Amino acid sequence: MPTVTIPAALRPQVDGLSEITVAGASVGELLLKLKDQYPAFGAKLYKADGALNRFVNVYVNNEDIRFMDDLDTQVTDRDEVAIIPAIAGG
Amino acid sequence: MSYVKCLRGKESGIEYPITPRTSCDLDFSPVEVVYDYERMKGRVTRKSIEAGPQSLWRYKDLLPIEGEPKTGFHSGWTPLVRANRLAAELGLKELYIKDDSGNRPSFSYKDRVVAVAITKALEFGFKAVGCASTGNLAHSVAAHAAIAGLPSYVMVPYDLEEGKIVAMRVCGPNLVRIKGNYDDVNRLCSQIADKYGWGLVNVNLRPFYTEGAKTHGHEIAEQLGWRLPKHTVLPVAGGTILPKVHKGYQEFIQLGLVEDNQPVFHAAQAEGCCPVAKAIREGKSDFKPQKPNTIAKSIAIGNPADGQYVIQDIKKTGGFAATANDSEIIDAIQLLAKTEGIFTEPAGGTTLACAIKLINDGRIPRDEPVCICITGNGLKTIEAMNGRFPHVEPIEPRMDAFDAMMNSMPARADAN
Repeated sequence: MPTVTIPAALRPQVDGLSEITVAGASVGELLLKLKDQYPAFGAKLYKADGALNRFVNVYVNNEDIRFMDDLDTQVTDRDEVAIIPAIAGG
Repeated sequence: MSYVKCLRGKESGIEYPITPRTSCDLDFSPVEVVYDYERMKGRVTRKSIEAGPQSLWRYKDLLPIEGEPKTGFHSGWTPLVRANRLAAELGLKELYIKDDSGNRPSFSYKDRVVAVAITKALEFGFKAVGCASTGNLAHSVAAHAAIAGLPSYVMVPYDLEEGKIVAMRVCGPNLVRIKGNYDDVNRLCSQIADKYGWGLVNVNLRPFYTEGAKTHGHEIAEQLGWRLPKHTVLPVAGGTILPKVHKGYQEFIQLGLVEDNQPVFHAAQAEGCCPVAKAIREGKSDFKPQKPNTIAKSIAIGNPADGQYVIQDIKKTGGFAATANDSEIIDAIQLLAKTEGIFTEPAGGTTLACAIKLINDGRIPRDEPVCICITGNGLKTIEAMNGRFPHVEPIEPRMDAFDAMMNSMPARADAN
């Protein structure tokens, strides 16, 4: 199953885990499963209208999903998904 | 005692105590320092500011530090140049260049944000500092860390200009070159922040760091004789400086230090990395990230964390955005140097080139006061000028050789 890396700021919502393996064919599917499993996590990841929180970036194997198919980006068992809050310029 | 009240989530409004913090716990939006402006009234005055040091610390009351400054004693208070020759060239009535290319100690606007961040790092008791950077920030962190006596870890893309690398390394930081662009460096740095207990100026010190950028705007207003330019043109990379200069102007308006002339902000980006300018031109409220490909490396940030706040401020003030390609950027670097003697890096060339487009398109009327903000120094990016000048053949140290050379020159402006 693909592995999802959780940033420190979101770990309290997922029982302190830094990585979670979860089944799913697309990024959207994985995240929805996590949302069902950890509702407090879901509340931070998604806005009330169901769109992804714009201050959170999601990467598959170090590539931003907005350069691929966004939440429809396909994932396989070997893929690493990372959720990372955006940080300031430099 | 400072005028700082708390940190507040920009979107959620949730208040937090003054501690190191990357973002709001609820939604990861940036957190902003909140001040007690009511208490400042009558206390923070033109006179109190004018009595301060000739550095950004003259605005200390509007900065989030509790004790005395620990670095940046010569940062800020850079020249506001009345650019008459450039104004004539562009057909403008009143043009100013806010010139941070000579900022101390590292020759870019970053000395403002880092002076505040590193003072704050010491207040919080951090034993080491660091940053993710496109070069100028790393140089500034390395220099201010040296002044403060702290070890530093600077993370940069592998393909930076040699001048920047040498200038930062000479200050003794731990340099980490990363195989990727700034957005990759940024992502890694955010993960590093989770694991190592460092004060990363643009991660867990970000709310304090960004406040330093306001002083660029404070100085423009004060140096203009306590008034605001009608138009301010700023480069956009991560999106820190433009909203903060806007905040600086608004603070002065709120405190009654300047008249509210409804200042207008305009954004400049390189054509090869213009997510914010693209969104503004298309009338969108959010941007789509891009993969940067531009000579203006210091502003090559394809996924700007504060991009949407730039878009908001441009819309709110009635400004616009422009982009410039590599050759327009280099032309503008030369124009600025030839008219005003200021040698800026490609980010500054981008800002001037975009200002010219905004003037020519009528977005900036020629009879209104304009300030163009130059944020970096050309001596750190000399390779950008490669191939720009013809070879100059050396001559023998003899008068006849000199005369022969002069006779072979085309007509001269200084000829009788």
